[in-house]
Amino acid sequence: MSSPEAPPRQLRYVEALCEAFDQEMARDPSVFVFGLDVDDHKAIQGSTKGLLAKFGPERVFTTPLSEDAMTGIAIGAAMAGMRPVHVHIRMDFLLLAMNQLVNIAAKAHYMWGGQVKVPLVVRSMIGKSWGQGAQHSQGLHSMFMHVPGLKVVAPSNAHDAKGCMIAAIRDDNPVIFMEHRLLYPTQSEVAAEPFTVEPGKARICTRGDDLTVVGISNMAQEAIRAAELLHEVGVAAEVIDPIWLAPLDIETIAASAKRTGRLLVVDNGWTMAGASAEIIAGVAERVDGVRARRMGFAPTTCPTSPWLEEHFYPNPGTIAAAAWTLARPAEKPWAPSPQSTKLAYQVQFKGPF
Amino acid sequence: MPKAFAASRSDIERIYRAIRRIRRVEEVTAEIYPSDKIKSPVHLAIGQELVSVGVCDALRPDDVAGGSYRSHAVFLAKGGDLNAMMAEMYGKDTGCCRGKGGSMHIGDAAVGVAGSSAVVATQIPMLAGFALALKREGKGRVAVVFLGDGATEEGCFYETLNFAALAKLPLLLVCENNGYAIHEPIAKRRARPDGLCAVAEAIGVPARKITDGNTFAVRDAAAAAIARIREGGGPEFIEVQVYRWREHVGPNEDFDQDYRCRSEAEPWMAGDEVARLAALIDPATRQRIDGEIEAEIAAAVRFAEESPAPAPEELYADVFA
Repeated sequence: MSSPEAPPRQLRYVEALCEAFDQEMARDPSVFVFGLDVDDHKAIQGSTKGLLAKFGPERVFTTPLSEDAMTGIAIGAAMAGMRPVHVHIRMDFLLLAMNQLVNIAAKAHYMWGGQVKVPLVVRSMIGKSWGQGAQHSQGLHSMFMHVPGLKVVAPSNAHDAKGCMIAAIRDDNPVIFMEHRLLYPTQSEVAAEPFTVEPGKARICTRGDDLTVVGISNMAQEAIRAAELLHEVGVAAEVIDPIWLAPLDIETIAASAKRTGRLLVVDNGWTMAGASAEIIAGVAERVDGVRARRMGFAPTTCPTSPWLEEHFYPNPGTIAAAAWTLARPAEKPWAPSPQSTKLAYQVQFKGPF
Repeated sequence: MPKAFAASRSDIERIYRAIRRIRRVEEVTAEIYPSDKIKSPVHLAIGQELVSVGVCDALRPDDVAGGSYRSHAVFLAKGGDLNAMMAEMYGKDTGCCRGKGGSMHIGDAAVGVAGSSAVVATQIPMLAGFALALKREGKGRVAVVFLGDGATEEGCFYETLNFAALAKLPLLLVCENNGYAIHEPIAKRRARPDGLCAVAEAIGVPARKITDGNTFAVRDAAAAAIARIREGGGPEFIEVQVYRWREHVGPNEDFDQDYRCRSEAEPWMAGDEVARLAALIDPATRQRIDGEIEAEIAAAVRFAEESPAPAPEELYADVFA
C-alpha cells in the first residue's frame, strides 16, 4: 500500500470506486468503463457517476445484454493495448462470461507465448438481503481463484476499494474485482490522491493472541464486529482481511496462525472447495498443529425469505460463538446475547436493487 | 464457373505463391505427422486456403487477423513467421508461442496475426475487441475474423454481430463454410443451412456469399468490403463456400469414415485453385516459385528440428504478465 500525504476524507465505498475511475481515466486515455447501466442516471449505485459527462460516450458506455461477447470484446481490446473495466451488476452474471474469462483471458498471455497481455478489470457486485436470493447473491471467487492467470480481489472497505481498483486498472493481467452490495454505503478514510493497494498483501485489521480470524469480502467486516463481541468476554481475535485472494498472502495468515495456534476462516461463499478450504490447506502446509474451522454460506441455495436467509450467512454472533469454541475448547460454549449480536449487525439494504 | 476477374500477372503470381506455399506447408506437415515429431493436433486447411489468401491479400500489413484452431492458412497468409509456426508444432522453445500453444494457438503479434483459439467462436468477439481498439485509434486499420460454419451456431456470434453493427466496428467477418462441424453436416445443425447471410443482414451487417471457389472472387469481395469498413461503414460478413479435403483433425483423408463420400469432394478437387492458378503462370516462373517454396519449407522443418526444447523452468513463465 502506498498511501500519500494528503489528508484523508471519509468517502463511501461507491464514491471511492468512482474516484478511482475518474483519476485513472484522466491519467490514462486507454482506460474505459463499460457494461449494462454504467451510463444511466443511477450510475451503478453512484460508482460511475459523472464519468460520462467528463469522459464521453466513447469511454463510458452501456452494452447489449451479451456478457459472453462483450467479455470477449473487452479481452480483444485489452490485447490491442486498451484497459477496459467491464461492469456487471451481479457476480452471478459472470457465469455468462466464464468461457471468455477462463478459456481466453486467463490463458492468453501464457498460451500465446507472452505475445499479448490482457489488462482487463471485471467488476461485479454480490447482493445480500431483501430477497436477493438464488441468483443475485453468489460469491463465486473460489471458481476464479482456481484458474492460473486470473487475479481476484475483494476489497471490504472504501479505502481498499479505491486502492485496489487503481492497482487492478494498472495491472497487466485480468483482475476479477468482487464488490459487495452491503459495503456500498459504508465509509472509511480515503486519501484524495491516487494510491494503490497492491496484489498479494493481506491486512491485519485487529491484533490479538487468542485466535486468527480471516474474513473474506463482506465477512471481513462481520469478523471485525465479531471481534468486538469477543473482546467483551476476554477473547482477543486477530482479524485478517486477505483483500487479494489471488495472489493470496498466505504467509501473513500462516504467521498469525502460528502465533495464535487457532484459525477461523469466514468466507462470503460456500465452504466446499472454497477459499476457506484453500486458506486452511495453505496454513496446514506451513504450520503444524493449528486448530482450524471454517464458516461460509450454508450448503444450500440462498433463499429469499428473511427467516431462512438469516441462517444462510455467518453473522457476528455465529462467528463469535465459533471463535469462542475454537479459542476456549475446555470451556462451555458461549454465544453473544441476541441483543448485542443484533447491535453488531450490518445495516441491511432495502430497495429494489 | 465464371472466373473472369481482372488480375495482373504479378497479382496471379503473388496469389499463386501464397496459396501454393500454404498447401505445401500443410502437405509437408501431414507427411511429418506420422513420425510423431509434431507434438500437436493439426487441423489442416487443405482445400480451404483460398479464403485466407484472398482476404489477406486485400489487407494492409498493419491490419489484424485471427481465426480458429484451423489457422495455419490465416497465419501464413497474413505474414506469420513460418519457422516459428513449424517450431511451435514441434513444441520447441523457438515456436511462436514458445511451445505453449501448439498448432491450435499459433499467433504472430508482430505482423497482426492475433492468436488463434481452440474454443469454437471465441475468436469472434476477440477480434471485435481489436476492432474496437482500432476504431478508437482512428488510423483506418481493420480487424478480420475467420470462422467456420460451426461457429455461427454459438451465441457469441450473434452477440458480436449485434454489437459490431451497433458500434460500427471496423470488423470483417469471414465465414469459411466447409459444411461440417467436425463430422456433422450443416443440414443436421441448422433449420436454414443457406441462411447465414440472411442472419447477418437481419442483425444489420451487410453480407454476401461466394460459392465459386475462386480466390480472386474472395479477394475482390474482401477488398470492396474492407474499403467500406475503413471509411467507417461498419462491419461486413462474407461467407465463402469451401470444402475440407482432409479429416477434421489429423493428416489423412477420411472419405472411408462413413459420414461423407469422395464424390462430394471431387468437384472441389477438380476445381482446385492451386492447380488452376499454376496453369495461368508460365512454366519457368512457376518452377522458380515452387522451388523457392520447397526450400523455405525445408529450412523451416530443419529450424524446428534443430531448435532447442524449452527448459523446464519455462513451464512457470508467463502465467502472469
